[in-house]
Amino acid sequence: MPPDKPLAAMAGIHKHFGGVEVLRDVRFEVFGGEVHVLAGENGAGKSTLIKILAGVYCDFQGTIEIDGRRVRPRSPIEARAMGVAVIHQELSLVPSMSVADNLFLGQPLTNRGLVRDGEHRRQARTLLGQLGIEPDVNRAVEDLPIGTRQLVEIAKALRHDARVIVMDEPTSALTAPEVERLFALIQCLKAQGRAIVYITHKMEEIERIADRITVLRDGLWVGTAPARELPTPKLIQWMIGREVESQFPRHQPRPGPVLLRVEDFSVFDGSRRGRPLVDRVSLSVRSGEILGIGGLQGSGASELLMGLFGGYGRLAQGRAWLDETPLAIRSPRHAIRRGIALLTNDRKATGLVLSMSIVANATMADLARLSPGGWRRPRGEWAAAARLGRALNLRAASLGMEAGELSGGNQQKVALAKWLQTDPRLLLLDEPTRGVDVGAKHEIYELMNQWTSRGIGIILITSEMPELLAMSDRIVVMHRGRVTSQLSREEATADRVLEAAMGKQMENLAT
Amino acid sequence: MNTSERTPLRAIATSLGSPAGRALVALLLVLVLGGVVNAEGACFKLGPHRGMLRQAAVCGIRACGMTLVIITGGIDLAVGSVLALVAVSFSLMTIHWAWSAWLAAPLALAIGAACGGVSGTLAARLRLQPFIATLAMMVFARGMAKWVSGGQKISTAVQNADGTYRYVDVPGVFRAIDSRIFGDNLSVVTLIFLACAALTWIALARHRWGRELYAIGGNEEAARLSGVPVVWAKTLAYVVCGVLVAVAGICQAAQEQQGDPEAGMGYELTAIAIVVIGGTNLMGGRGGIGLTLIGTLTIGYLDKILSVNAVPEAGRLVLTGIIIVAAVLTQKRRRW
Repeated sequence: MPPDKPLAAMAGIHKHFGGVEVLRDVRFEVFGGEVHVLAGENGAGKSTLIKILAGVYCDFQGTIEIDGRRVRPRSPIEARAMGVAVIHQELSLVPSMSVADNLFLGQPLTNRGLVRDGEHRRQARTLLGQLGIEPDVNRAVEDLPIGTRQLVEIAKALRHDARVIVMDEPTSALTAPEVERLFALIQCLKAQGRAIVYITHKMEEIERIADRITVLRDGLWVGTAPARELPTPKLIQWMIGREVESQFPRHQPRPGPVLLRVEDFSVFDGSRRGRPLVDRVSLSVRSGEILGIGGLQGSGASELLMGLFGGYGRLAQGRAWLDETPLAIRSPRHAIRRGIALLTNDRKATGLVLSMSIVANATMADLARLSPGGWRRPRGEWAAAARLGRALNLRAASLGMEAGELSGGNQQKVALAKWLQTDPRLLLLDEPTRGVDVGAKHEIYELMNQWTSRGIGIILITSEMPELLAMSDRIVVMHRGRVTSQLSREEATADRVLEAAMGKQMENLAT
Repeated sequence: MNTSERTPLRAIATSLGSPAGRALVALLLVLVLGGVVNAEGACFKLGPHRGMLRQAAVCGIRACGMTLVIITGGIDLAVGSVLALVAVSFSLMTIHWAWSAWLAAPLALAIGAACGGVSGTLAARLRLQPFIATLAMMVFARGMAKWVSGGQKISTAVQNADGTYRYVDVPGVFRAIDSRIFGDNLSVVTLIFLACAALTWIALARHRWGRELYAIGGNEEAARLSGVPVVWAKTLAYVVCGVLVAVAGICQAAQEQQGDPEAGMGYELTAIAIVVIGGTNLMGGRGGIGLTLIGTLTIGYLDKILSVNAVPEAGRLVLTGIIIVAAVLTQKRRRW
């Protein structure tokens, strides 16, 4: 039975980003000695809530109490002084510095202004010893396995005597034994009376360690309940909640012959050690069909598309056929030549050259064809961009404008224009409606209908469940690099997809 | 009043806000300075302008090459020492060995291209930081220049086997490059500079490759994922930069009538200064040869004004430093 006074309590939390309300009247309480899982779909507001607690965002409405005292952390350092520590997905250690130096970074023990290295090492050993590991504290953090690094991070939190420890998907990069060690440590921290806030997308972890669960959806608080009162099906229902509306105008598809067939396709990470990012995936897409790929963060879906597009070079392996001819793609150039196009999931980082004009961006992937003999024809480029702009209903003052000056939706249309200009047979769309307003979203759906009616095959990744269910003719669900389920349009429901995305293997996969 | 209305005044303000407009303002300020502090009217005679064009030409050729590399987001620190290596080799071939210029000039250009090719391969294919790759090339080429020349200036005084000196004629190609045409009003070096600028301008503005360089400088990953041959395009930028530096090296050898292994110290920094004063962004992705042309004139006039007014070297360097900062501050990109 937890004590009656919460260690940390947040109430009436509102938070805006620009004009968008991402958290609305959210409450969250965590007691000492409990593991409190914070659950919700991507974009439900979990990370935002945690960042408010950790002092990263300080422009919010609402109250935070720690140990019954009203507080308002204005920076992560202040939050840490109040006893809140966050173990991030990307660890906040300095890779080139030693374990001991990392533990005492920012608040070194000094003697008349000089750093007491020996004392650092001794205390570091004691701290890590408490966690049951004994690494060489002089070693650079980058030389340690990722699981040990995470423990160092936790040791850092303990050094500041954190009472509330937030773990944001801590197991996403861990091996099975490392996960076990982490869970044992969590039990130990619990016994010390600390509060653990645990964010995860993995169902089996929730079942194992959660004492209580709070669910957020679309920035709203759905509910808090003891874990035993919230079995998996009910939890998923809480997470999805709404009915899938018909705001998605998918037309009746007329799938043609198989366009792309992939067998045993894997993508390895740069070091070639550890788990592949994509693990022996097989799938096929017909022309005129939209194949949806469902999955949560780290599912490997984006990596699969990037691998098919040649973006990983030789780190991608497997067999593939386009139009029944073998496909050996080693670079995006080859892929484009074979009629494959990839709309990346981050138009600013990998999609557009923001410093260049709309025309330059829209023609970039097809420059070879537009420039006979290598000499550019500005008028032809302009005409091509104008034609695409009309087709996509692009709204810009001039085609000479820099892409960076456009709104998100219009930037996305420029990125799409670039690929349409190449006349693709197969369109790989990774989050095509991310950060796009409702009107432009609808236009993009209509465009997808147009393209498939012309026989283009589409693979669609989207983290928005309603979009996935409504726009896909077939759905493949991935979890940690593997396909866990294949569903027809009729079979696909939100809870089936989410269950598979959280790692529940489907029996029908053998068929 | 409607602020979006296009009045002539507004049009001027807008064009002054563009990079070219701001580069021109910097040039005009330097010219006004020259008009005010004009050492008994030097500014209003033809001679100093003519001289400036001739002196700035060699700087300008190097800056054209540097512009290509900087647009990709890189930098070429080897400009000065590759220039020395080419100057030495070209002098050696034409003066000592008395080879025909038709043979020596292509070979000299090939040396420049090879140096650029190595820098480019290191930077683009092996993904060394351009700063490091070209720093290594800078040291390497300087060493080669000293090795090839035996540490001596390669001039018309040729050492015989017995240690005595004999004097040979200055090769015709040196005279030709160093001559002036149109009644002594235009030097051949200036023409070469303009030709180099025109060729690089065409490449950047009208060829696919130029567009690819901007794309690489603006967002290399997006360029790669759009099928731009990043490695090839980038390497070629360094190669062409090397060739242009070789052209500058030949011109410098002709002007000095010798190949000096110590030549070109600090030239890479002048070239960068010219490019940056013109308004090409050091982060890559923005800029152009037109801007570099304006930058060449700005630096050239600045130099000329200071020397016409007999400012001693110490003061000249101090002033140049201050004026570079002032010019670049006016270039800072603002959001209107």
